[in-house]
Amino acid sequence: MEKIIQLKNITMMFGRVKALENVNLHVNENEVLGLLGDNGAGKSTLIKVLAGLHTPTSGEIIVRGKPVANWNTQRSRDSRIETVFQDRALTVQQSIMANIFMGRELSNLLGFVDLRKQRREAQRLMDEIGFTSKIIGPDSVVGHLSGGERQGVAIARAIYNDAELVVLDEPTTALSLTETNKVFSFVNRLKASGKSVIFIGHNIQHVYDIADRFVVMDRGTNVLNITKDKVSSALALTRYMGDLAHGARPEIGDML
Amino acid sequence: MSTSPIVPSLDADQDNGKAVTEFYDARAGGGDNAMRRYVKDNRLWLGTLMFLVALITVFAFMAPSVFLGTRIYYSVATTLPIAMVLAVPAVFVVTAGEIDLSFPSVMGLSGLFFASAVHAGVDPFVSFLIALSGGVLVGLCVGALVVYGKLSSLVATLGVNFMLRGLMFVLTDGNSIAVLELRESPFRQIFLGDIFGIPGHLVWATVFVIGCWAIYKHHRFGIHVHHIGDNPESARAMGINVDWTRCLLFAFMGLGAALAGVISIQINYTWWPTSGDAMLLIVLAAIFVGGTPTWGGIGTIVGAVLGAIIVTLMDVGVIAAGLSGFYTQFISGIIIILALLGHRLQSARVR
Repeated sequence: MEKIIQLKNITMMFGRVKALENVNLHVNENEVLGLLGDNGAGKSTLIKVLAGLHTPTSGEIIVRGKPVANWNTQRSRDSRIETVFQDRALTVQQSIMANIFMGRELSNLLGFVDLRKQRREAQRLMDEIGFTSKIIGPDSVVGHLSGGERQGVAIARAIYNDAELVVLDEPTTALSLTETNKVFSFVNRLKASGKSVIFIGHNIQHVYDIADRFVVMDRGTNVLNITKDKVSSALALTRYMGDLAHGARPEIGDML
Repeated sequence: MSTSPIVPSLDADQDNGKAVTEFYDARAGGGDNAMRRYVKDNRLWLGTLMFLVALITVFAFMAPSVFLGTRIYYSVATTLPIAMVLAVPAVFVVTAGEIDLSFPSVMGLSGLFFASAVHAGVDPFVSFLIALSGGVLVGLCVGALVVYGKLSSLVATLGVNFMLRGLMFVLTDGNSIAVLELRESPFRQIFLGDIFGIPGHLVWATVFVIGCWAIYKHHRFGIHVHHIGDNPESARAMGINVDWTRCLLFAFMGLGAALAGVISIQINYTWWPTSGDAMLLIVLAAIFVGGTPTWGGIGTIVGAVLGAIIVTLMDVGVIAAGLSGFYTQFISGIIIILALLGHRLQSARVR
């Protein structure tokens, strides 16, 4: 199985605080990777490095076997990595359409934007995602949408351009049960169409159900990398996480 | 691929109390009434237009001989272009969530470049280019100071405004520069000569405003400005070069200030050391009376032009209506406050 992206020995310092220390993470083609860890374990920081928002203090980023220099947000998106951030990274006073095309407007050589084409494409994406309400259109303002609908806009943005890897940072936080199920079915659809997903969550049961492989982070390093068939149950994973939280570095064999 | 919706339909959460009680259904987009939708999309400046019409009506009742004639409008048309070329770039800056208070000095400084060059015998067209480049360059420096110095634009540009004004006083010993060379020059013929009875600079300023409007609504730059003012972190996460765009904004403001500086010299044939100072409050009032809110993310170019007309008309209007000069500021203040209240009533901030 080919690794579509690899983060190698990533260390990230904020001043004198070490947020990440020699973290290694890779994503295989067509897999759902569950990224687990307590608050402050470094999950979001790692995701921001992957998205190009943070420049790591040291380490390498390798896309399909080729190291990429000067990694940034644009390079990350050019590598067909799309991130649905925890805060969704939307601009709420702008239209759904403007949000979907934020940072990569469909423009001509002079920089003028083809609003008609954007509107058409936005409508297509919204239909695909399942915006069934007739009174929400590409020109509707994001600030007037519900939490689940906003998540839908962030997801529509991620699937435009045919992303190979979609990163979902705690996508189910603050969503209702039905909305959560819709996010799960979205992940399953991505997997079925050959895409890869990094799924970050606090709810271990959620992550256990949906992922093929788990990476657990603790205090800025990755402490566990295990495929699902080696884990007996979500409960075992929960026990493991519990021990981590109490300061232990449990042996994998004992727990899972 | 299954078609199960990821996002619930609206019907499911109609009772979540978020129904925004706006005058027009803000969630529209699918609303079949095109007229209503147009009003919704343009409500920022349509409100200003109504206010302007109401203002002229009131003035026309109080001083029919003045406001039903054309002379007062011609007089407004002469000074209006200066406010226009300043207010429109300023809308970009405010939309981006910043403010630029340095434009009066940049206007003065660019004017000084222009006047000195013309006075020294440089061709007015070349002098014009010098003034424009000067304005853009100074604006770019202001932008770099705000962005890379991580300063609040409110305070930083206030400081720059004082500094540059002081610099001009030092450089000229507080003397004005007369540029009578401009009289009868082809440059002035082109830029200020009447075009079909309309002051030339009003025509050029209108062309400038239309170009700015296209950039504001349809160009990547304008759209990025909206995103940045709305939520800079989101814009950054989506790969928009937030810092550089902000720098360009201040350079753009510098361009507008330079244009204003050159226009004002051509009206008076004189550069004054205080040139531009009077524009500070006029332009700020024009933007906010026009309907651009202070919090960033949205704004209106058309509104700023209407706002500029209101502000320009206000001063002459109060006098013409027969009130004593002492009332002008008081009445102007009331007009501004009424306009702002009107805007706040018709649209609340979306979060």
